[in-house]
Amino acid sequence: MHLLEVRGLTKHFGGVKALEEVDFRVEENSIVSVIGPNGAGKTTLFNCLTGLTRPTKGRIHLEGADITGSSPHRAVRLGIARTFQNIRLFREMTVLENVLVSQHLRIRSGLFGVLFRNRNFLRDEKEAVERGLEYLALVGLEGAADVTSFNLPYGDQRRLEIARALAAEPTLLLLDEPTAGMNPHETSEIMEIIWKLQKLGKTIVLIEHDMRLVMGISESIIVLNHGVKIAEGPPEAIRKDSLVIEAYLGKGTLA
Amino acid sequence: MRSILVAFWLAFLFLPFKGPKAALMLFAVVLIIVSSWTYLKRRGRTLREKVFPRINALRAMSLSGKRLSLAQCGLLLFLIAVPFFAGDYVLDVAILCGIYIILALGLNVVVGFAGLLNLGFAAFYAIGAYSYALLNVRLGLGFWESLPVCLLITTISGFVLAVPALRLRGDYLAIVTLGFGEIIRLVLNNWDSFTNGPNGISEIAPPRVYGLSLGGLDKYYFVTLAAVILSYIVVKRVRLSKMGRAWIAMREDEIGASSVGINITMYKLYSFAFGAFWAGVAGALFAAKMRFVSPDSFTFMESVLMLCMVILGGLGSIAGVILGAVVLVALPEALREVQSYRMLALGAGLILMMIFRPQGLFGGARK
Amino acid sequence: MLFQQIINGLTVGGVYALIALGYTMVYGILELINFAHGEIYMLGAYLGIILFGFFTSVGLTSHSLALSFALTIALSVLFCSAYGFTVERIAYKPLRNAPRLSPLISAIGVSIFLQNYVMLTQGATDKVFPDLLGSAGFDLLGARITYLQVLIIGVSFLLMLALHLYVTKTRMGKAMRAVAQDKVMASLVGINVDSVISVTFIIGSGLAAVAGIMVAMYYGLVNYFIGYIAGIKAFTAAVLGGIGSIPGAMFGGIFLGLIESLGASYISSEYKDAYAFAVLIVILLIRPAGIFGKSTEEKV
Repeated sequence: MHLLEVRGLTKHFGGVKALEEVDFRVEENSIVSVIGPNGAGKTTLFNCLTGLTRPTKGRIHLEGADITGSSPHRAVRLGIARTFQNIRLFREMTVLENVLVSQHLRIRSGLFGVLFRNRNFLRDEKEAVERGLEYLALVGLEGAADVTSFNLPYGDQRRLEIARALAAEPTLLLLDEPTAGMNPHETSEIMEIIWKLQKLGKTIVLIEHDMRLVMGISESIIVLNHGVKIAEGPPEAIRKDSLVIEAYLGKGTLA
Repeated sequence: MRSILVAFWLAFLFLPFKGPKAALMLFAVVLIIVSSWTYLKRRGRTLREKVFPRINALRAMSLSGKRLSLAQCGLLLFLIAVPFFAGDYVLDVAILCGIYIILALGLNVVVGFAGLLNLGFAAFYAIGAYSYALLNVRLGLGFWESLPVCLLITTISGFVLAVPALRLRGDYLAIVTLGFGEIIRLVLNNWDSFTNGPNGISEIAPPRVYGLSLGGLDKYYFVTLAAVILSYIVVKRVRLSKMGRAWIAMREDEIGASSVGINITMYKLYSFAFGAFWAGVAGALFAAKMRFVSPDSFTFMESVLMLCMVILGGLGSIAGVILGAVVLVALPEALREVQSYRMLALGAGLILMMIFRPQGLFGGARK
Repeated sequence: MLFQQIINGLTVGGVYALIALGYTMVYGILELINFAHGEIYMLGAYLGIILFGFFTSVGLTSHSLALSFALTIALSVLFCSAYGFTVERIAYKPLRNAPRLSPLISAIGVSIFLQNYVMLTQGATDKVFPDLLGSAGFDLLGARITYLQVLIIGVSFLLMLALHLYVTKTRMGKAMRAVAQDKVMASLVGINVDSVISVTFIIGSGLAAVAGIMVAMYYGLVNYFIGYIAGIKAFTAAVLGGIGSIPGAMFGGIFLGLIESLGASYISSEYKDAYAFAVLIVILLIRPAGIFGKSTEEKV
């Protein structure tokens, strides 16, 4: 069963073709990496999937339903959550509050409950806190719940982004360079986290530059170059693909 | 040397406005201030280090969690007791404080929580005040019957103004809200047949309960106190719910907030409407207290004054904003003799706050 | 009648354009709505009256009217530029890396400060500018055009032309454009960004000073709160023309002057001040980045 199906996805910014007729499918509960040189259109792809930019052309289907051009908050409702390449935490909120915000859609009690603090409201809040702490534990941040998030060390901020995305309870999780700027030890920790997420039944698509991580974790790899998909397949196949080598190393070195 | 230069420069700028004698005095004053400032700084004891920790400690003492229920009870008892020993003048100022607290709490929702700079908040205050004034004087409706209508009108006007807010970036939004505020004032000022123009509307009735007028200062004090407590509780509870979290998240990072499922458009609308609601409450209270409204009470400076309360208290901090309102209402009253320097100090205060203490006097330490 | 209103509109519009240039230049470089700019214009009007009064009292005016007038303008421009420079140094420079709203709030503080500063030093009552040219003028196409109007329109256009040449032709002007496009790149190629910003404030304030004096002459009366309303209008003009664009500010100023003058005579003069706001709100509703402004998408 395909969880995500992208057909003919195209995005032009003025004259710049950020994405051109990109097709791919993501199997449920799989780990897929999107790689490619800088400016290949990877983040634009994520932005299209999460509704931050509207594609020029093409269709995006999630669990069979067409979700093309839905707004960001609707994309979350439909089950897509993401992290950002340049960290976008709620800086002045505590770590716990960050994961509480993501449970926005889940908490149902309305204004009445808020004003009178009735049983439903209190139960909702209690559950949200408990669940939030579970997500923090998953990424190893349970001890930092009350820290203001901008005071977290850099690596922990990246983990918190993952926990925050997770707390929105997506079926499809998009991670934009989750290990950027991390040392090998931290990177392998992130790798563990991603495996844990898979065990929880999540489907994961990640953008990565760290080839050891990509090759070690991905079931399938999509390679973009200048907005065009130039290869797709399991790690072993990608490693040998001449087009991919050319894209990374440049023409001429191939001969 | 540098202090002489600074002093000379400022005195030079001052020269044409007040003549050489005053300029010379300014030169001396600035010279003393600047050189003692640099002296203190060199000794490593800046004003910041010396004074502000104390304020932080004060804050920690007065605002820390549960232990404070007792202090809160004490404060409440004290506030209830005020009319029994205070004179009319104190009550008058206290009522005014209360009205501004409600305004500042409302504006804090928009500016402090949601991070949308609103420079026309006095417009909602005006709409609230005029709604009650007109309903009462033209239709003969009492305070309590008018109040729901008043609040509905102000809340809807909040929604209406929020529509442009949805598309505008920060500073453009500020200017549009300012323009909205001015247009409302100009309409009130010029639509003679409806609002009685610059002469305003007088003989507005105070609220009544079972035929008993609450117009006396001591009774009206309780009406205001009740409204203040209500607004405090409601704003606080909303802040500590998913709505409050959504606002703060939106303020911190709009894209981040939308990508965890927050409908930015709706939450901007809510913040404007919710803020306007409280301006409506304050407006109705103001009209019923003064028994008179005129466009002069709702100028741009009034909007700025409310903004100052929010900034002084610390954007987003509920307790801070209340203190900010009290300080800015009570302080000028206490310093009657220097009344004319009030606005001058306010302007300078805003600049200094932004440079040295952007989180507000009572806000938490921020990087 | 129509022609008369057009001439009146051009006169006021020229003044708005001069003030709008200051807004647009600062916004182009700092992305800051320099709220205090209107007050610099008000300072210019006051300085005109104060300095001219001073020259009259020392007898220079009766000796040579032209000389004292020229000195008044020159000194006013000098003082206003100094004020603009000082305001930037004190209130904006320390906030260069602060959150976006901080310098705006600081600017509001400067505006309130300067208004009350003038009120306290010069009194709250209207100040009168001596009537130099009177209502002397000539008739053209059924409209009465005063020499003063000709002077204002002429000076405005000359200054705009001069500014345009300065920005496009000189070294400093090119540096200004470079800084407006990309501060980091500009500093990397050796442009002193701080001094470019200072020069921007100095030029903008100088233009505002000229506008202030001309308005003082035109209406004959000056008050400490004229800066606020004129500032808003000039800002509207800048947005009309696309903020950040110098020719846009000129166009916007003149356009707004015409709207106001025609609106006042054909719709209602009571709401004269509201037209600018209404125009501003409508424009921003239709095009959130101004008429010629380009919308920028935030990079994720």
